[in-house]
Amino acid sequence: MLGFVAQSGTVHPMAWWGWAVGVAIATTRSPGVISTGLLIAALVLVVAIFHGDSPFARAFPAYLGLAAAIVTIRVVFYILVGIKGGTGFEVSLPTIPLPDWAGGIELLGPVSGSGLMASFSSGLALAALLLCFGAAIALTDPQRTLRGLPASLHLLGTATVIAMTLAPQLVESWQRVRRAQKLRGQRLRRGRSVSATTSPVLQDALERSLKIAASMDSRGYARLRSDASGGSGAVLALMITALIGAALGTYALMDGTTPKWLSVSLLVGGATAAVLGSVIASRRIHSTSYRPDPWGTREALIIVSGMAIATLAFFSADIASPGTAGWSAVFLLCAVLATTPIPVVMAR
Amino acid sequence: MTQDGIIRFDRVGFRYSDSVRQVLHDVTLAIPEGELCLVIGPTGSGKSTLLQLVNGLAPHFTGGELTGTITVAGRDTSTHPPRDLADLVGVVGQDPAAGFVTGRVDDELAYGMEQLGLPDRVMRTRVEEVIDLLGLDALRSRPLSELSAGEQQRVAIASVLTSHPRILVLDEPTSALDPTGAEEVLAAILRLVHDLGITVLVAEQRLERVIQYADSMVLVGVDGTARFGLPTEILQGSPLAPPIVELSRLAGWDPTPRSIRDARRLAGPMRDRLTERLSQQSEDPAAHVRGAVALATKGLRVRYGAVHALAGVDLALHEGEVTAVMGRNGSGKSSLLWALQGSGVRTGGTVLIYDTSGGSPTQAGAVRAPRQLGVDPQSLPPEQAIRRIALVPQSPSDLLYLDSVGAECQAADRAVGAVSGIAAELLDRLAPGLSESRHPRDLSEGQRLALVLAVQLAGQPHVLLLDEPTRGLDYDAKRRLGEVLSELADVGTAVLLSSHDVEFVAHTADRVLVLARGELLTDGPVRDVLTASPSFAPQVARILRPLPVLTVDAVREALAVQS
Repeated sequence: MLGFVAQSGTVHPMAWWGWAVGVAIATTRSPGVISTGLLIAALVLVVAIFHGDSPFARAFPAYLGLAAAIVTIRVVFYILVGIKGGTGFEVSLPTIPLPDWAGGIELLGPVSGSGLMASFSSGLALAALLLCFGAAIALTDPQRTLRGLPASLHLLGTATVIAMTLAPQLVESWQRVRRAQKLRGQRLRRGRSVSATTSPVLQDALERSLKIAASMDSRGYARLRSDASGGSGAVLALMITALIGAALGTYALMDGTTPKWLSVSLLVGGATAAVLGSVIASRRIHSTSYRPDPWGTREALIIVSGMAIATLAFFSADIASPGTAGWSAVFLLCAVLATTPIPVVMAR
Repeated sequence: MTQDGIIRFDRVGFRYSDSVRQVLHDVTLAIPEGELCLVIGPTGSGKSTLLQLVNGLAPHFTGGELTGTITVAGRDTSTHPPRDLADLVGVVGQDPAAGFVTGRVDDELAYGMEQLGLPDRVMRTRVEEVIDLLGLDALRSRPLSELSAGEQQRVAIASVLTSHPRILVLDEPTSALDPTGAEEVLAAILRLVHDLGITVLVAEQRLERVIQYADSMVLVGVDGTARFGLPTEILQGSPLAPPIVELSRLAGWDPTPRSIRDARRLAGPMRDRLTERLSQQSEDPAAHVRGAVALATKGLRVRYGAVHALAGVDLALHEGEVTAVMGRNGSGKSSLLWALQGSGVRTGGTVLIYDTSGGSPTQAGAVRAPRQLGVDPQSLPPEQAIRRIALVPQSPSDLLYLDSVGAECQAADRAVGAVSGIAAELLDRLAPGLSESRHPRDLSEGQRLALVLAVQLAGQPHVLLLDEPTRGLDYDAKRRLGEVLSELADVGTAVLLSSHDVEFVAHTADRVLVLARGELLTDGPVRDVLTASPSFAPQVARILRPLPVLTVDAVREALAVQS
């Protein structure tokens, strides 16, 4: 097991993200509980084999717990306040009408089999999306991922890395101050006690941020090339265009009702703007990266598997008519494809 | 010497934007390439500012008004911001961990080079070079957060060296380190000066650690003036003097020795005179009378997960005695203090504090049997605990949250139900003339410590615990703290402090405990413990070995008896 763990560290983080995004697209198009369940099983299997030993990897069980909680909450909400009706077995629970000011909502009421199934299914779809994100985080060290970002996103990457370092320090300094204030032997009222802790903690955080900024500045961060001039406005405009394109395109892609040509062209347009912005930005700042992660056959295979999953799921309705066995078979194939990294990485 | 220099200050003055005080005033100096230049000065002088001026952090980053010109290897810092000097000057701040930008040792080593845009191949070679130079091979892929303080300091130095700077600026590189960790870091710095010819500018509060290695010195005064010169010239009139210089002044040695070796050569006659004096003296009578037990522990254990911070400590603190606990970073000193106070983790054993009012002193060695009045501090609610046992934590400012010194003092009085004004009165004794309207954040380290001490002592506790109280204090502030602690002991308080500062312990403590890996290794009178081990011996003891004398004051006293 350990051997595989060590190897997963050498797979390029972008390959894992590509794979996870592919699986995520499949889960949004997945027609039912069984196909979503299979996709989740594939995810969990890959993470179980290849996860690293960073704190982020160790957090995957927490994502599983969160996913379970999402499903439970969805079902509980259906039973409590959901719109009732549907087919299948029926359990009659007493209806509790709420007063008029609550908008005529009724608590409980008859619960039907198909209604339960539908709420469970939609909860599971949401949970699956969350698990895709969790899997990508667990398989890649986020700090390494951010290091691989192009120069134009360098600022964003640095800010995120620092936030990730400072967050645990903030928690630690909160605990330290709370502990120290107890030493004064004072019982403070609730509001007072919060402000008594917050002021030294914030002061601490501010000082830390200034120190990091000073350290980065003295080590050459954001050094402009001697021949750099202008271009920062263009970069900003291009990056905003790229982000809007990516957001709208992704929404259109997931939504399924938007025409396909529109969503695809939005995504392509966004990507072009991003690439252009990167090129201009990296001309201004000249920085390199130490031991960049290599991109090889394994990475290519993993990301191709992700793209294949996404494509299959995206065009599933064209391949087989919805509701047939063929349609389910497409998603079974997606789940199988999602396990591609296992033979690919183990092959070495 | 002043003709050409890699760092040149020409009539430099500096003032921060929000103050009228001139931090530096008319400073002219030229530090030649390849020297180790030591910057000294009392707390609150412009030491740190002087260092920040060298790479342009002041005024580009801190703001403020600079007059005169500073050139570093020909580049004017007023037109070059720090990032444009990054290939020339490497800076390591007081708290190296606070300057880390990445998560892992090797990434941190490469960070500066990445910003300079060096190709991957060059970066790999340089990382290896620096790893060999500073002996970091075992640490290369470790997370930065898991390193010890000494390791962090070495990694911080290494991470600026990879950019091949010609100048290295270090602000108190050994202040947070135990004696062994400090030796390691200093050895690394010396190798850089001797083998690579790097110019090193270092500010240090504890002169005794670095004085012998300095080629030149800058003495920054509180009025903002700075004197630059050879160590012997600067030391002659310096108000800040390590024990070796004080001893030399007492003995009238010329030139002033700077290393233990030189001083030992000169100290022959003094040793003879002292031997004679000490043999005539009867045993120190004070050592025999010991106060009653104020606090006792049995089998005290502290465990965090799999880490045993304290593994069964038996200990008794006596009334009227100042005890120092020493040991490596991470040996369990802080855990001990917090567990004794009662609010820290305690996984086993007992801690009892005794009401010592009316207790009579007993003979040495005869630890009094625990009396019926013993209470476990853990069982006391905080507002009662503070009146029996007080702790001053490592970063005293954590305790403060109000916006003026006066308000903090009043809050302290209220907390213990004392007569209004007790804390303020205490503070006036500890730091005379401190205005009540000042904001605690604007105080110097020494003043802030005094404020926290006053706050914690308002309830007149019988036991006082201090975690690393000497951090960031200059000689003067340390001397005052020592006096305060002695006064407290005289009125019957049991004091326990943790410290890396051998000289401070030699001056202040009656008894020393040494902790190693959570076990109590040594427990004995300060004179026996500090002369027994070379790494814990203060300078005077090293110079006058094998005589059991620890401080210049003790030498002065012994010689005075003669005349």
